[in-house]
Amino acid sequence: MTVLGTDEATADRGAPVAGAGAGAPKRRRFEFLYFALRNKKLIIGLSVVLLFVLFAIFGPLFVQHPLTAYGPPRHTPSGTYYFGTDYFGLDVFTQFVYGLRESLFVGLIGGCGATVIGMTLGFISGYKGGLIDEGLNVLCNVELTIPGLVLLILIAGFLHHTSPLIEGLLIACTTWTWSMRAIRAQTFSLVSRDFVGLARLSGEKSRSIIVREIAPNMSSYLFLVFILLFGGSILVAASFDFLGLGPAGGMSLGIMMMNAADWSALPLHTWWWFVPPGAAITCVVGGLYLANVGLDEVFNPKLREL
Amino acid sequence: MGLKVDQLRICYRTLRGDVTAVDDVTFDIADGEIMGLAGESGCGKSTLGNSLIRMDVRMRQLGGRVELDGAELPISDARAMRDYRFKVVSIIPQYAMSALNPTRRVGKMVSELLRSRGFDYKSALPEFERRVKLVGLDADILKRYPIELSGGMKQRVVMIVSTLLNPSLLIADEITSALDVSTQRAVGEMLLEFRDRNFVKTTMVITHDLSILAQVADTILIMYAGKLAEKARTDVVIGSPLHPYTQLLISSLPEVGVRHDEHTLVGIPGRPPPLLNPPSGCRFRDRCPFAFDRCAADPPFVEVQPGHSVACWLHADGVSPAGGAEQC
Amino acid sequence: MRRYLLRKLLIYILTFFIAATLDWVLPRLVPGNPIQQLLAKIELQPGTYNATYKLYMHSFGFDRPWWDQYLSFWKALFHGNLGISIYDFPKPVTSVIADYVLFTLALLIPAILLAYYAGNKVGAMAARRKSLDNTVLPVGYLLTATAYPWLALLLAFLLAAGGIGHFFPISGGFAYGLLPNWDWAFVWSLMTHWFLPFLTLFLVAFGGWAIGMRNLIIYELESDYTHYLEALGAPSRLVRKYAYRNAMLPQLTGLALQLGVIVGGAIVTEVTFAYPGLGYLIFQAVGNDDYFLLQGIFLFIIVGVLAANFIVDIVYVIVDPRTRVGISGA
Repeated sequence: MTVLGTDEATADRGAPVAGAGAGAPKRRRFEFLYFALRNKKLIIGLSVVLLFVLFAIFGPLFVQHPLTAYGPPRHTPSGTYYFGTDYFGLDVFTQFVYGLRESLFVGLIGGCGATVIGMTLGFISGYKGGLIDEGLNVLCNVELTIPGLVLLILIAGFLHHTSPLIEGLLIACTTWTWSMRAIRAQTFSLVSRDFVGLARLSGEKSRSIIVREIAPNMSSYLFLVFILLFGGSILVAASFDFLGLGPAGGMSLGIMMMNAADWSALPLHTWWWFVPPGAAITCVVGGLYLANVGLDEVFNPKLREL
Repeated sequence: MGLKVDQLRICYRTLRGDVTAVDDVTFDIADGEIMGLAGESGCGKSTLGNSLIRMDVRMRQLGGRVELDGAELPISDARAMRDYRFKVVSIIPQYAMSALNPTRRVGKMVSELLRSRGFDYKSALPEFERRVKLVGLDADILKRYPIELSGGMKQRVVMIVSTLLNPSLLIADEITSALDVSTQRAVGEMLLEFRDRNFVKTTMVITHDLSILAQVADTILIMYAGKLAEKARTDVVIGSPLHPYTQLLISSLPEVGVRHDEHTLVGIPGRPPPLLNPPSGCRFRDRCPFAFDRCAADPPFVEVQPGHSVACWLHADGVSPAGGAEQC
Repeated sequence: MRRYLLRKLLIYILTFFIAATLDWVLPRLVPGNPIQQLLAKIELQPGTYNATYKLYMHSFGFDRPWWDQYLSFWKALFHGNLGISIYDFPKPVTSVIADYVLFTLALLIPAILLAYYAGNKVGAMAARRKSLDNTVLPVGYLLTATAYPWLALLLAFLLAAGGIGHFFPISGGFAYGLLPNWDWAFVWSLMTHWFLPFLTLFLVAFGGWAIGMRNLIIYELESDYTHYLEALGAPSRLVRKYAYRNAMLPQLTGLALQLGVIVGGAIVTEVTFAYPGLGYLIFQAVGNDDYFLLQGIFLFIIVGVLAANFIVDIVYVIVDPRTRVGISGA
């Protein structure tokens, strides 16, 4: 396919031609793996994220005290209570396991949702151009100017009960703008390439051109966008839950921090109420950001030498 | 005096290993001469050109010597080279369209550049403006930002800026590839004009487009896969080339005005060999229609007629196959 | 340039229009009548019931056709009438906001500007020195990956609650018992209460700017104009000056984009420290079902963000010469 040929021509400009050439698709995939396995940032970032994801999945196996089993109140971390107990004697480690699950779930919904919305609007905008583009672009700018968390608070103020799914979707509705801007610009540059023009000339429908010609060429880029939005959603959800606007009756890392603040963790010096959830968020989101930088270096040959 | 390059070897460090992009290259350019350097993309011609003015962090000089106006040019000493750049050696880069800082007015950028090199902009200004007019531009472009200039205008501005200090050696790297045909001709004429007015002493024109060399070059040097293939006067290279690669290049020359993709030269099947682990012997062997058993050894670059050298066993009578150059 | 600013202004006006409309639509979309929800609470305060009921019915005007409701909503808005607060009954929403807004501004403006300035400087230095880069990069990423509430709790625990020491007060805008009064004791109290919330906002934003600047400079140093300058022997001083200046432009765009995130961070931080700013107020408004106040603060924040955006736009025009010359050349 011409696609990879042109891609390579632009990507390799300036770099010495170390046997670039025949069998482009296979080469590229091999090259990607080659650099991916040698990129420390990517390996470290992904390992940290994976560790937490695995922990969220299999964590309940290690839980020794059910969510509602009361033990000694405000117990310091110990062999029986890994992360201590809360104000009323509930196991913080148990809360942490379930909270991590929900926080990752909300982040995932938020990240996926925002990527899908931004992708759809960005593709349409960049591909159609003209008035549609102008309209969507204005919409994006408007949404971009309204602070997301403030809008979420306004919505939550009227909508009293949310579920993790709705929370994730609401977050997606306020964060998609980033991905749309980026994908719109990328689509613009791809649309001007030969192969899209060819597909257009041969009478392919817009939707199938976007799905079959444009999206695959941006898959690496889309993945980068998704990673950033995933991390961003986890952070937004933490703030949202901390303000007490999250799902009622659930448990999340943000809710754990809210409880810590509400039950005077500061004067009581019960640091184990808020240190684990916050540290987990920083690790996961930091890991995602690090993996993003690493992947960027892998995908973008210009950055590899740095 | 001019430029003398002797057994120069430059390698590129990549994550997969070292790539000898310029392998045992020897040639010279006389004062007042314009030499064309041609070959497919990736043959090392740009690496050669860049090594003479500014080595990339990834580039290393493995051997050889460069002499300009009788004195050695310390090409692998970045600090020492800084003094030569612009004043003695200058370059018109491949990327002339984006070579100017987008947020500075042209005149302001040049004045800051000159001042940083210890020159007085005020006293250089009259000559600068004279040259701006010489290439058919209006003096008020100095007050403009690069985005206000068209591609051809930017190209001309970069050409004047690069040659402002009358360098001994000018490297023009693929300067016509982004231009349309009529502008290409104009740029070619400017190169000749610069030489005739002594703005530059020796010029090296790097290109993959032989038609522009036919217009401006006195001599042409053909490179293939990091090695020299052939060197001769322009009319000889165009009219009676000896190396099979040159012959194929010439025969694949498109009609005047037709530009071709830089990556695949129509007419020569196959691609240049990888430079990471180049095959032994003649590197053109796999694509050469005349390849025979002697080609398994590295062909020497020998002068077959006065001023005409070629690296091909078809034209190396009396030379015994010697061991090839050692690896990087 | 005029076109550029006009276009921006148009988008801002549209944004305000949409935000205000959202403000009007949302309470009407919610299942159940918000007034009924409210009445249950307000009934607990005898004497205020009738007045509030009338006020609410009048303002929401559920008995009138929707377009009439919508028009009167705008009419009231133009008269600066945002309704009456329940949280701070019976003060008008505008004057409640006025009591809190200064604290927020005192927190946000220095945090945004200082973090932006310091982040850019440190990022630029990191791009130059590998040794510095090895600390700036990981620390920067950790800071941007930190949730505001966590950093706020952590700082409060370490520096205020005695984790390390009791250097600062844990909560409030100034010490109890002091009356707002411009004497030293009061100003000192303001400063000490201000510092930790400020530090929280500063640190998170700082990490982002430092990384952004570092990456942008490295990108600029790989650009064609940089290579050209180097090929012509320009000293690195000049090269870096150009790179820094050009990297400032996307950073400035980033500042406008980042405003919303920082405002969100300020809300959480103010709540953690019980710092009496708009973020704390909006939290109280949600907790007390004070819809008028909630709507009022929302609009107020939007206006503030729009104004800040417009300031950034003007600065951008000043810094980027390309917006000043008509883009006429090919």
